[in-house]
Amino acid sequence: MSLLDVFESLEQSGIGLLIRESLWLFPAIEAVHLLGLSVLGGSLLMVDLRLFGVGIRSRTPEQLVRTVRPWLVGSILTLVATGVPLFLSEAVKCYYSYSFWVKMSALGAGLVYTFLIKHPVIRYGAGPGVQAVIGVLSLAIWLTVAGAGRWIGFS
Amino acid sequence: MTLLSFCEWLAETEWSIALHESFYMYPLIESTHVVALFLFAGTIAMVDLRLLGFAFRDVPVSEINARILPWTVAGAFVMVLTGVLLFYAIPVRTYQSLWFRFKVVFLLVAAFNVWRFHRRVQKNRVVWDSDERPPRSARVSGAVSLSMWAGVIVFGRMIAYNWFDCDRPQSDFVYWLSGCIVELADA
Repeated sequence: MSLLDVFESLEQSGIGLLIRESLWLFPAIEAVHLLGLSVLGGSLLMVDLRLFGVGIRSRTPEQLVRTVRPWLVGSILTLVATGVPLFLSEAVKCYYSYSFWVKMSALGAGLVYTFLIKHPVIRYGAGPGVQAVIGVLSLAIWLTVAGAGRWIGFS
Repeated sequence: MTLLSFCEWLAETEWSIALHESFYMYPLIESTHVVALFLFAGTIAMVDLRLLGFAFRDVPVSEINARILPWTVAGAFVMVLTGVLLFYAIPVRTYQSLWFRFKVVFLLVAAFNVWRFHRRVQKNRVVWDSDERPPRSARVSGAVSLSMWAGVIVFGRMIAYNWFDCDRPQSDFVYWLSGCIVELADA
């Protein structure tokens, strides 16, 4: 069974069919996906701006990571919960979409980077130079996820 | 000159046609508009969450304003620039889009809320600047902001869908709301 077969059967799944047959469902889920994207952006920027030394300077990056965590995790969960049904409704199109694979790779990289590299480095304590680099990487990865995600719609 | 005839004139300009027909330019501008949500809507959401007392409770409101709002302004600049270009690429259809019209209304309410917050609500901020849960007026500002901007985002996304376009059969109410010119209806 090839990956394409898997994608084809995913597209035939109940949720996929339901969304494809509805006029409103896809756009509505998409809209919530964008709201999640906004909160994700804010949660990331509050930490990343601080890493550049321009954000909330009265708090350490570590304190900010802790403060935004529920919003960061909540927005990611919202994005996954809306992104999966969007994918199910057009899995085969995604299979052939270059943007989709770029996005998913960047998403995987973003999750690993944020929780296994960026946050531990911040907790460990890093100098201003290192902080700036991890902030830039964070924004670069997540902007790729968002941009490539939008581009799926153009292909 | 009506707004509609102005849009019709815009649509005939060389650059509007070029943008409309471009293979990469339009999607690039559109993607920039969406990705800029990170900066614009993202920072707005964080400031609003502070006003509501849901996040950054130990950070004074004045510090969030001073440190974060300039980034919101930068985001607004990107949004307006790309938004104007998107409108310019498809002027007539966008002008007559029900969703676009809803978006503009919500945008105006959100803008009024910003103005009101800075002129009125913040007047006695020194009193509650460090409160974990700001007073009711500030929380209302935050809630109005969050809901209006959420509406702007949702309606903005819907502009892409043609359910209520003038060239499709609609109820008289929708024709009226969208400002459609219905030639057949008059005949």
